[in-house]
Amino acid sequence: MIKVENVTKRYGNKTAVDDVTFEVQKGEIVGFLGRNGAGKSTTMNIITGYISSTSGSASVDGYDILKSPLEVKKRIGYLPEQPPLYMDMTVREYLSFVSDIKHVPGAKKTAHIGDVCDLVGIADMRGRLIRNLSKGYKQRVGLAQALIGNPEVLILDEPTVGLDPRQIIEIRKLIKDLGKDHTVILSSHILPEVADVCERVIIIDKGKIVAQDTLENLSSNVNEITRLTLRIQGEEGNVRKTLREVRGVRYVEVLGVKEAGTVDFLVESERNQDVRADVFRAMVSLQRPVLMFRPMDVTLEDIFLQLTSQDKEDN
Amino acid sequence: MFAVWKREMQSYFLSPIAYVFVAAFLGVCGYFFAFNNVATYSAAFNSTMGNIAFVFMFLIPVLTMRLMSEDRRSKTDQLLLTAPVSLTQMVMGKYLAAVSVFTVALLCSLIYPLAMAIFGNPAWGEILTSYVGCFLLGASLVALGMFLSSLTDSQAIAAVTTLVVIMLLYVANMMTPYLNISWLSTIISWFSIYSRYDPFYAGRLDLPAIIYFISFSAVFVFLTIRTVEKRRWSEG
Repeated sequence: MIKVENVTKRYGNKTAVDDVTFEVQKGEIVGFLGRNGAGKSTTMNIITGYISSTSGSASVDGYDILKSPLEVKKRIGYLPEQPPLYMDMTVREYLSFVSDIKHVPGAKKTAHIGDVCDLVGIADMRGRLIRNLSKGYKQRVGLAQALIGNPEVLILDEPTVGLDPRQIIEIRKLIKDLGKDHTVILSSHILPEVADVCERVIIIDKGKIVAQDTLENLSSNVNEITRLTLRIQGEEGNVRKTLREVRGVRYVEVLGVKEAGTVDFLVESERNQDVRADVFRAMVSLQRPVLMFRPMDVTLEDIFLQLTSQDKEDN
Repeated sequence: MFAVWKREMQSYFLSPIAYVFVAAFLGVCGYFFAFNNVATYSAAFNSTMGNIAFVFMFLIPVLTMRLMSEDRRSKTDQLLLTAPVSLTQMVMGKYLAAVSVFTVALLCSLIYPLAMAIFGNPAWGEILTSYVGCFLLGASLVALGMFLSSLTDSQAIAAVTTLVVIMLLYVANMMTPYLNISWLSTIISWFSIYSRYDPFYAGRLDLPAIIYFISFSAVFVFLTIRTVEKRRWSEG
């Protein structure tokens, strides 16, 4: 549905987006993850035709953004980082204007605006001036604007910024629902959001794609090591040495005393090796009670940090 | 294009800009009308129109300063440029909206010659050609102002540069006789938009001048489109 090939965008000497290539299938919800300034918004602006790439091509539904921009723009609903709102209009006037420029037929316009307002929860705000709305409501009006004309593709640049926690949950749910019959690209620097909403993640850092895969594959790729934290009763003694001798364990670290009369250990094992049973038996043979046994999951945070810091080392 | 025109019109008439513009225009018209026509018992309203053309210098920038710059500042250009509307339609919609407000003001000023018609017999021919001339001159200056507004995201800078450029165009007319370099005065006289207004003032519909005004507007509308287009290729 969306195809981005070798897209590069340079501003003078600065390369904002560097040779980015990815594809999004019809009906997918793809998360675009990166720190601030990583090139998320620039990439989105190129797909929507707001700015042009220095080289490379972007197409939607087979239409190239440079060759047939109007065909592409008809298919895209775009919520930019800062919602493009006219502060001097009411919500109704604004959405009516958006319907006009998106060629929604006049007869269907009122009903369509009503549907969209119900969907994003701004039905009560229709008569209010946009200037007087709170940030959360402005963001929703921006989302409504993207939904007008029922485009097949939704490109949402940080859609939950400025919302309160309850609104964030609502909007995420809404995006998930929309994902059932839309193709969605969503950018965010909030990891749980991407983990919650998206099926596939594209991680971008300093203009380059550092990873793109499903969430599970990403975690298993990075998860080369499995980590456990143990809390053992008594002194450190020869526990460390014993743990080190367990098959599959490649690193042991003493984390120190977190609870009186106990010592915490960090145990790292080879990838896909479950050492828990062996560790337990080793402790039994030492007659040292294991008070806590906690596997440490690799979070999206870890993946993200690992991928982006690797990139830093390369530079 | 109609949608963009409608939105710009809403913006003009929902904010004080359109009212201030029409009121200032009518106020100045009234001032010149009182001195040129009422006080001197003269029916030559076209001389009043000549004075009004001078006032455009101050009023046109008010009309055009936010036309392109405001969208850029508030990022609403992201909506317009990613909507299935061509750039030409978008710019034309904005241009026609500004011209419409200007036309409304011009039509309102018809009240002065109509008032004269009650008490006398004004020279309708000259008045009507003056109106046509005023309209064409104003439409050209609006295109110029819109172009200058597309170069910046600050309304103030747009207004000041428009004012200065229109002022230079006005004095270009007066400069040429004092220049001894003939090719330079020829070039300057090409840009001396105010001198093209003279035949209309004298009661003639001058075809070359009409073509001049239309091409002048077209060039600046085109340059506005190119400026917006160019920005997509360079900066953010």
